[in-house]
Amino acid sequence: MTAGLMKMLLRYSPLLILAIGWELVSRLGLVSSDALPSLSAVAAAWIDLVRDGDLVSNGLSSLYRGGAGLALAIVIGGVLGILMARWKPVNVIFGPIVEIFYPVPKTALIPITVIWLGLGDGSKILLIFLGCMIPVTIGAFNGARSAEQALIWSARSMGADRIRILWDVVVPSALPELLNGIRTALALAFILLVASELITAQNGFGYLIGSLGDNGNYDAMYAVVLTVALLGFAADRLYQLLMHEMLIWRH
Amino acid sequence: MAQIVVDRVRHLYRPPRGKPVLALEDVSLEVREREFLALLGPSGCGKSTLLYLIGGFLPVESGGIAVDGKPVAAPGPDRGIVFQHFALFPWKTVRGNILYGLERQGMPSAERQKRAQQFIDLVGLTGFEDSYPSHLSGGMKQRAALARTLAFDPKILLMDEPFGALDAQTRHLMQTELLGIWQRTPKTVIFVTHDVQEAVYLADRVAVMSARPGRIKTIVDIKVDKTDPGVFKAKAFVDKVDEIWNLVKEEAIKAQVEHAS
Repeated sequence: MTAGLMKMLLRYSPLLILAIGWELVSRLGLVSSDALPSLSAVAAAWIDLVRDGDLVSNGLSSLYRGGAGLALAIVIGGVLGILMARWKPVNVIFGPIVEIFYPVPKTALIPITVIWLGLGDGSKILLIFLGCMIPVTIGAFNGARSAEQALIWSARSMGADRIRILWDVVVPSALPELLNGIRTALALAFILLVASELITAQNGFGYLIGSLGDNGNYDAMYAVVLTVALLGFAADRLYQLLMHEMLIWRH
Repeated sequence: MAQIVVDRVRHLYRPPRGKPVLALEDVSLEVREREFLALLGPSGCGKSTLLYLIGGFLPVESGGIAVDGKPVAAPGPDRGIVFQHFALFPWKTVRGNILYGLERQGMPSAERQKRAQQFIDLVGLTGFEDSYPSHLSGGMKQRAALARTLAFDPKILLMDEPFGALDAQTRHLMQTELLGIWQRTPKTVIFVTHDVQEAVYLADRVAVMSARPGRIKTIVDIKVDKTDPGVFKAKAFVDKVDEIWNLVKEEAIKAQVEHAS
C-alpha cells in the first residue's frame, strides 16, 4: 500500500511542481495577481465558497444536469448503436443522421436548445444528451458489429433465441467499445455543461465562473475552475476503475 | 436408415462484394448413427460450408438435408458444434461457458453445477473452472469448448477443423482424447479437416472432397487398429494415408492454381 502511495505521489509529482511554480510566480510578482492569483489565495477563496454554500448548491445543479444528460445519452445511445448494428432498417434510418450530426460542434446548439427549452435545466440536459449520445452510439455500433459469428452460432446451437443472443452475446461483445465511447462522452459532458452554463444560466459551475469573473473576484473564479478540473479528473479516474472491473475478463 | 442425409445440395456463397461463388455442387452424403466421418479436402472446397449447412447455420437453398428424418431448418441442441477458434464466450469463465448451454436447456441449477464439473473433469480442466479463456492456452481453450458442447449432450458433434489452431503435440494429444471420449459416449461425429493423417486416425470413413465447387469425390473406409500405440507407423495406416493423399493431391493442386489465378 505504501509502495502504491509512493508510486502515485511520484506519478503526479509534475502537478506538485506546477503548483509550487504557480505559487512562486504570483508571490514574486512576476505576473499580476489579477491575471493569476496565488494558489494560496485561490485555496482561501475556495474555503469561503464552500462555507457559504455557493459551491455546493451550484455544484449540485451542475451535477444534476450533467448526470441526467449523460444517463439519457448512455441508455438511448447504447440501445440505438446496438440496434443499428444488428438491424438494417434502423441503420438505414439513423446512420445518415448520426453521420451528419457527428462533426457539428455541439456548442453551436446552445442557443437552439435555449429557444426550445428555455434557460433552465432542460436546455442543458438536452444539449449534453445530444452531444454525448454520438460517441456512445458509435461505440455501441462498432462494438456490436464486432460480435463474432462463431459466438452467435454457438449460442444458437445451445438454444438461445434472438433476444437472448442480443443480450448474452452482442451486448457483452460490444461492451469494450461501448465503455470507451462512454468515457469520451463523460469528458464531453463536462465541456458542454460548463459551456452552456457560462452562456445562459442562473446557477451551476459555469454560471458561477462567469459571474465571479464579471465581478472581478478572480481568486474565487479560479477556485471554481480548479474545482471543475479536479471533478473531471476524479470522474475519469473513477470511470476507468469501473471499466477495468467490468472488463476483468480481458486482463 | 442413415441419421444424417445430405441430398443433392448445391450452395452459392454470396460475398458482400463481388460475384457469387458456387461453393457446393450436387453434394450427397449419408452418415450413420454413431459413425465418425471425416470431411477432407483442400482449403476453399466448401467442407466447412457443408458442415454449417448440416448445423442449420446457413439456409439450404437447393437440395435437402435431413437429420433423423426431419429436414434441417435451424440450429438445434441435437447438433453441437466445435469451431477451430474455440468460440468460447471470453467474458465467461470456463465454468460459466459450460453452464450457459445447460441453462439454455432449462436444466435445474444444482444439476447444472454437477454436470458442468463432471465435464470439466472429463476434459482435464479441473482447477481451471474459474479461469477466463484469455488465460488459457489454445489446447485448454479447445478442451473447454469441447466440454461445453459435450455437456448439453448433442447426438451429433459437428467439428470444424477443431485442432487446426493447435501446435503439433497438443493436436495429437487432443486427437487421442477425442477418440477416447467418442468411444465412451454414443455420438455421431462429422469432423472437417485438411490433414490426411488426422482424418485416417480419427474417422471410420473419410469423405474426400474436390476443389471448388465442392463435390464428394470418394468415400474411403478406414479399418485400422487405433488402440495400437504404434498406429502411425503401422502398414495399414501408412497405406491408407498414401491412398487418400493421392486422391487429395490433385484437388489441392487445382485449388492452388485457382487461388493463384
